[in-house]
Formats: sequence, structure tokens, C-alpha cells
Amino acid sequence: MSGLTFPLPPVGRGRGGGGADGTAPLDPDPPPPPAPPHKEEESRVAPFRPRRSLAYLQAAPLALVFLIFLVIPLVLTGIVSLWEYNEYAIIPALTLQNYADLFDGCLSADLCTTLRTYLSTVKFVVLTLAITLPLGFAIAYFLAFHIRSGTVRMGLFLLCTIPFWTSNVIRMISWIPLLGRNGLINDTLRALGLIRQPIEGLLYSDFAVVLAFVHLDTVFMIVPIFNSLARIDRRLIEAARDAGASGAQILWNVILPLTKPGIAIGTIFVTTLVMGDFVTVGVMGGQQIASVGKVIQVQMAYLQFPAAAANAMVLLAAVLLMILGLTRMIDLRREL
Amino acid sequence: MDQPRGRAFYLLAAVFALYVVFLYGPTLTILALSFQGPSGGLTFPMNGLSTHWFAKLWEGVGVVDIWAALRRSLALGLVVMALTVGIAFYAGLAFRKGFWGAGLVFALAVSSLIVPSIVVSLGIGLEFRLLDDAIKALAAATGWGFLQDHGTLMGLYTSALGAHLTWTLPFGLLIMFAVFNRFDPAYEEAARDLGASGPQTLRHVVVPILVPALVGVALFGFTLSFDELARTSQAIGGRNTLPLELQGLTTTVTTPEIYALGTVTTAVSGLVIGTALGLTLWLQKRRARRALAGL
Repeated sequence: MSGLTFPLPPVGRGRGGGGADGTAPLDPDPPPPPAPPHKEEESRVAPFRPRRSLAYLQAAPLALVFLIFLVIPLVLTGIVSLWEYNEYAIIPALTLQNYADLFDGCLSADLCTTLRTYLSTVKFVVLTLAITLPLGFAIAYFLAFHIRSGTVRMGLFLLCTIPFWTSNVIRMISWIPLLGRNGLINDTLRALGLIRQPIEGLLYSDFAVVLAFVHLDTVFMIVPIFNSLARIDRRLIEAARDAGASGAQILWNVILPLTKPGIAIGTIFVTTLVMGDFVTVGVMGGQQIASVGKVIQVQMAYLQFPAAAANAMVLLAAVLLMILGLTRMIDLRREL
Repeated sequence: MDQPRGRAFYLLAAVFALYVVFLYGPTLTILALSFQGPSGGLTFPMNGLSTHWFAKLWEGVGVVDIWAALRRSLALGLVVMALTVGIAFYAGLAFRKGFWGAGLVFALAVSSLIVPSIVVSLGIGLEFRLLDDAIKALAAATGWGFLQDHGTLMGLYTSALGAHLTWTLPFGLLIMFAVFNRFDPAYEEAARDLGASGPQTLRHVVVPILVPALVGVALFGFTLSFDELARTSQAIGGRNTLPLELQGLTTTVTTPEIYALGTVTTAVSGLVIGTALGLTLWLQKRRARRALAGL
């Protein structure tokens, strides 16, 4: 049975001990197996042999929640995506029409709506990653390597994670007084004489959307990368330095490869958050910018469930493909 | 590591400081603007200082009963919190022992984080709609009285609760993994050697040691639920939670009232975060004191 012991990712580290450091979602290092009861020990304390049946009982609520609210819904979505519908009802009759509608005209010269929507969403993914990845790395690196006191490090780490526990919508609308037509940025630039007319399109634009994504999602980069960095054996860096490597060489050839799992996990998080988003694009884009999530939401509002389900299946497939691509680049399975 | 601070340190420290300003600046701005004078608008300058917009908020925002939404969100948050702590704690114990299918359940937990929220939400919405259809069909077929005026199973404590749990449980589980990984089994063995039963060991040894972590799980459970929007959106019946109402208000409200609402929401989150962090610190201090006294 010990062969079944699960490689649990240890999250966070010994610091502070509070639950707060558990923000780190997944841990890269291949962890030691979580102390399976030793054979001799088991025989020694025979009356207290851990009862396996109890484990099933203890895990059952968790498994049930995921079965009822994740597995069955996804299966149903797949089934409903193959159903017909009219203005009044959905009809349980097999058809591929919903998918055909989705990709209607995609082979022609000018792209179909679906493809254009995906391109627009992928553009947000790329832009958001291009900013959150270096930013998240820089901040995680600063915390892990430049802060010497554990308490200070914990405090600063918490400072980065606290907003994660507050409302996203509030954090979005909090850009209005800054980015608006008469907002702080326009006013300041005008006062400095740098511009005459207020810059339009600071708010309710692609720029605002990406800004909000960076604002909301950088924490998903910081935490896993920080976790990876914190586990790097400092002697490796000393060894590299003794062998004559420059700071840049150490960063590129020692630290970065060891941080790959954290980077991969952060990238996966940010990718799925942005790919499926409809709230940020809606609020920051003034409800004018298309995104895949928004298309699904609108179709649900018009009760076009099979169409929405087909869209959701395509979105899920797209996200899974992107994650697969990422995990191929980095052997994540070994790390988990 | 004890060299003098180099240029890199100051550069990165500047990046970090700017990031913190970027992170907190906007929120602080609307906290300030929510105390805007009665004639003030959505942007600076402040036209005086007042609690006018809080008073307006107290009277209600248009047709939306914002306070009912707040009460619903608070209640749901508490239920999600309790369930997250309970389910994640026992699941953590189960994973520690190991069981057949552990890998699958863990994969489900990770998938639950990775599958886009809108897809999960739509799926749950569909599931409950189909369930309603099935019940109505059954009612028509059987004529059973108690099924005749079935409305919908979708609601705050059914579909929305489940949607929230798919988001909070993976975080709770990962925290439990983290703490159990550095949990010394010697404590349990000692308790058993002294004759404690399984439940006694759990109640008097394991839980007290894990309390700070459980507070952390509770923090995640409540705050993530209280602010959840994407997963709730398609999986809730007629009566919305606060974040959903808030999202609707962003397009209709053009006065600092919405900032006042933002201040109230942030205050609730802040209170919960502060309580959780304070409690963790206090528990650790107390433990350290007791450990010293025990010597």
C-alpha cells in the first residue's frame, strides 16, 4: 500500500507557521513521501494501526463535492453541447450544429467571430504574461534573496497577498478615479503641461483591461515563484560564484532553471484566469470588448445553453492545450 | 549572503515599493473618495469631507437591495468557511494515511483550480436546470402533490455553495498538505503510547497543533467566497450575492455611492483578514509562552 502514498506537494515553508504562508499553491520540489507508517512500527503499535477505511470516510466529502460540482457539470456540459435548441427549450437530440455554428466561416479569408474573439483573448494572455512574469519574478527574487530577516520577508510576502483576499470588482473600479477622463493621471499630466487634452481611452480600453489583469493576477506569479526560489539550496549559488560565474550567469544558468516549476505554475494560473475571464474585460472594457468568457455569459443570458456549452467545451480544450504545451516545456509531472 | 547591499538590492527594492503602491494605491483612492462631500463626483478633487454617500448607501441603491445581498454573501461566506475547514481538514488526514484513488482526487482538486471559472459555473447551472426539468417531468408523470409546485433547486445554499466550494477547497487542501508535511508524527505516537484513543489524539493533540493552519484555511474559505463572482454568476438563482450586485452597479451607478459600498466591502474583508492574522499571531505567541513555561 505504501506504493500508493501520494507525492503531496508541500506548500509554503516552515516560516511563521500561520496558514497565510499556505498561499503558495503548488510546490515544485519532489517532496519526501509523507511518512507512510513503517512496517515495523505498525507491528509494534499494532492496536493503533491506521484504519484505511477511515481514510475513505474522511476523503469522501471532498470527493463528493468535486464529483457533484465539477465532474458531473463538465460531463453534462459536454452532453448539452451536442443537443439541439430553439428559442423556447433545449432538445435532447444529437447534433454537431452548435460546433458548426461556432466555427462557421472560419476557413474563409477574413476570420470568423469565434477566431477573432479567441485571438483577442489570447492577446490579453500574452500581454498579461509578458508583464506579470518578469514583475512577479523580480518581486519574488527580491523577497527570497535580498530580504535577510525571516519576519520581514513574511511581512512583505503578506503585504503582496492581502489584496488577493479582497474584492476583485472593487479593485477594478478603484481605477476609475485614476484613469478617468478627469482622473488623477490626466489631471496631473495637464497640470505638468505635458498634455493639453485629456488622454481618452485610459479607462475602458485594452490598456485598462491589461492593467487590471496585472493588478489582480501578479500575485499568482509571485507566490509559486517565491516558493521555488526559497527552496533553492544557497550552496549551489556559492558554488557557482566560486567557479567564477558572474551575477547574470548565476541568475540565468542556476537560479532560473531551478525556478522553472514555479514559473510554470504561475503561468498556468495566469493563463487560465485570463482565458476564462469575463468580469475584468467587462468592467475595465466598458462592456465593449469581446472575450470568450463574455460570449459564453451572453449566450447563457439568452438561454442558448447548447451554444454556450459548445463554447465552454472549446474554451476548456483551448486552455488544456495551452497547459499541455506549458507542461511539455517543463516536466511538471516530475515536479509535482 | 552578508555582503553589503549592492545596486541590485536598491533597484529591486524600488520595483517592490512601486508594486506595493500599485497594489494598494487605487483601493486607498476609493476609500478616500467614498468620504467625498455631497457635491463631489467620481474623481478628485474632494469637495469637502462627509459621510453623505454612506448615508445614501444606507437608504439603498436604486432598486437593488444591497443590504440583503450583503447579508446573503456574509451568511454564505460563513457556511463556505465552515465547510472548507471541515472538509479540507478531514481530507488532509485521509491523504496522510493514503487511500486508493488519492491521486485521482488530488488531480480533481488541481483541475478545479485550473478549469476556467465560467466553465465550472455554466456546468453547475446546466446541472441544476436539468435537475429541475427532471423533477418537473416526474411531477407531471406521477402527479405527486409535493412535487407540483417545484420551482428550482438552484440557490444560495445549493448551486452557489457548491460553486464556491470548488474554488475554496483546493486552496484549503493545499494548505492542509503543507502543514501535514511538516507535522511531526512523534506527537501522535506519544499520545498513543500514553493511551489516548484515535479521536482523543485528534482532539487533544493534532487539532491544537494545527489551529493556526485551520485559521488560515478559514480565512481562505471566507474571503474567497465573500468576493467570488465568476463561478457564482451562472450558478445562482434569482437572488444575487454582493459581488454580483456590485458588478451590475458598475455600469449604472455614477456617484461615489459605489465607492462607499467598496469601502464597506473592503472593511468586511479587512476585518476578517485582520482577525485571522491576529489570531494566528496570538496563538503562536501563546504557544511559545506555554512552551517556555513548560520548561
